[in-house]
Amino acid sequence: MKKIKEFLIEKIIFISGSLSIVFVVLIFIFLIKEGILFFKYVQFKDFIVGKNWYPISSPAQFGMLPLILGSLLVTLGAMIISIPLGVACALYIAEVVNPKLKDLLKTGVELLAAIPSVVIGFIGMVTLVPLVKNIFHLPTGLTALSGSIMLAFMAMPTIVSIAEDAITVVPRRYKEAALALGATHWQALYRVILVAAAPGIFAAIMLGIGRVIGETMAVMMITGNAAVIPHSFLQPVRTLTATIAAEMGESIRGSNHYYALFAVGIILFIITFIINFIADVFLHRIKK
Amino acid sequence: MSLIRAEKLNLYYGNFHALINVNLSIEEKRITAIIGPSGCGKSTLLRTFNRMNDLIETVHIDGSIIINNENIFSKTTDIDSLRRKVGMVFQRPNPFPLSVYENIAFGLKIHKIAKTRNELEHTVEQGLKSVLLWDQLKDKLKTSALNLTLEQAQRLCIARLIAVKPEILLMDEPCSALDPIATMHIEELMLELKKNYTIVIVTHNMQQAARVSDDTGFMLLGKLIEFNKAEKIFTNPDKKETEDYITGRYG
Repeated sequence: MKKIKEFLIEKIIFISGSLSIVFVVLIFIFLIKEGILFFKYVQFKDFIVGKNWYPISSPAQFGMLPLILGSLLVTLGAMIISIPLGVACALYIAEVVNPKLKDLLKTGVELLAAIPSVVIGFIGMVTLVPLVKNIFHLPTGLTALSGSIMLAFMAMPTIVSIAEDAITVVPRRYKEAALALGATHWQALYRVILVAAAPGIFAAIMLGIGRVIGETMAVMMITGNAAVIPHSFLQPVRTLTATIAAEMGESIRGSNHYYALFAVGIILFIITFIINFIADVFLHRIKK
Repeated sequence: MSLIRAEKLNLYYGNFHALINVNLSIEEKRITAIIGPSGCGKSTLLRTFNRMNDLIETVHIDGSIIINNENIFSKTTDIDSLRRKVGMVFQRPNPFPLSVYENIAFGLKIHKIAKTRNELEHTVEQGLKSVLLWDQLKDKLKTSALNLTLEQAQRLCIARLIAVKPEILLMDEPCSALDPIATMHIEELMLELKKNYTIVIVTHNMQQAARVSDDTGFMLLGKLIEFNKAEKIFTNPDKKETEDYITGRYG
């Protein structure tokens, strides 16, 4: 009896564990299956570097370059804001702040992750967008810059909490050694502790990028969604994710447009997969 | 003249009275050993000399420690320059997770001791030579210091310290992680360093204290029971507690 119970429990845990992998594989297969059909009509190269995304004009044009650049620009902007802020915040929480305030701050940062992205998008729409419009005297505040700023907030919890962990696990003896040599607290932080925590901080940044590049709702609400090749942060852009979300509902099932959106999904999947993979490699390196 | 003088030194960890009215005076360019059983406060005493106890929040200190005629607890003391002057070697070798070269260059950079690249390289070489590591490591300067053997790592820590030109070397059980051969090598190095530096070593290895020290202090339960020339302590101590400890009746 006991043996049967052990056997069953073992198997149940095994199945639960493998299920998530099975799902990832299934999703990927489904994406490929639907997306691959698209490349019967359009060359892969034209798809990637084509400059025009006019999926419903005739003849339809499926050039994804504006979308890729849109995603990259918004992500780049978000990273320029959130990396220095996030790493500084992590350093502050891990090394500077007194223990009482530390818990409060950590909880606060983690709460930021609990805000639904539609709420972030909504807040950005009514506060940030008009602000950007007025400051830069633009016809519209729905720009890459607005998207970057709001997404920076969304990347912060990931970057801060993982970077903070990486800094906290740096052995105390390194800091002691630096201080005992007459280093100031700051010198110990940036010459020794940051260096020791670098792989973890890098992983935190990668996961932050992964979060930003895959974000949909907030960017769709505040970046203006114009599928043109962006030349500055003060222009409306459209991201890969927003394209799928906005157009999937109106594309006809089985049409070129429909398959094109799946192909966009494949590209997005590959990008986030690579980013998460890199992050994972570095996280494993710390555990060793 | 004494280089370090502790007067009516009392230290508390919260409510725990860890150092009780310690008075002692340490002479220049000698090796002074502090011995005693675990928990007697010898490491705590050592860590007051460079104010490493400041890192613990609950610590409270009364009394004074005079180094070079200055009370190190005075409000005007610059802790960073105090720690540069009074360097410390830890129980477990703690090289930075950087290259061998960068480990030594660290102190030179933060204190702006070596300005040019040539100076830096020269000083790193001198540092490694002074702890007899140069021949072993001259081709491995770029490799991580975490790959060194324990003895090499401890030597590197000493080299890193000497590079910033301290006056006093505090050694907190520097050989407790090392094997007997490595211990012998470090002890030889200490005798060599004595020519230029004042060394204070904490050890619970009595034989080690007997081998290397000129002066020895015996501590028990937070009190400095006896402080005298090493030969005196190890052959004919004044206090009964000291005799009981060195003859192995407890500890």
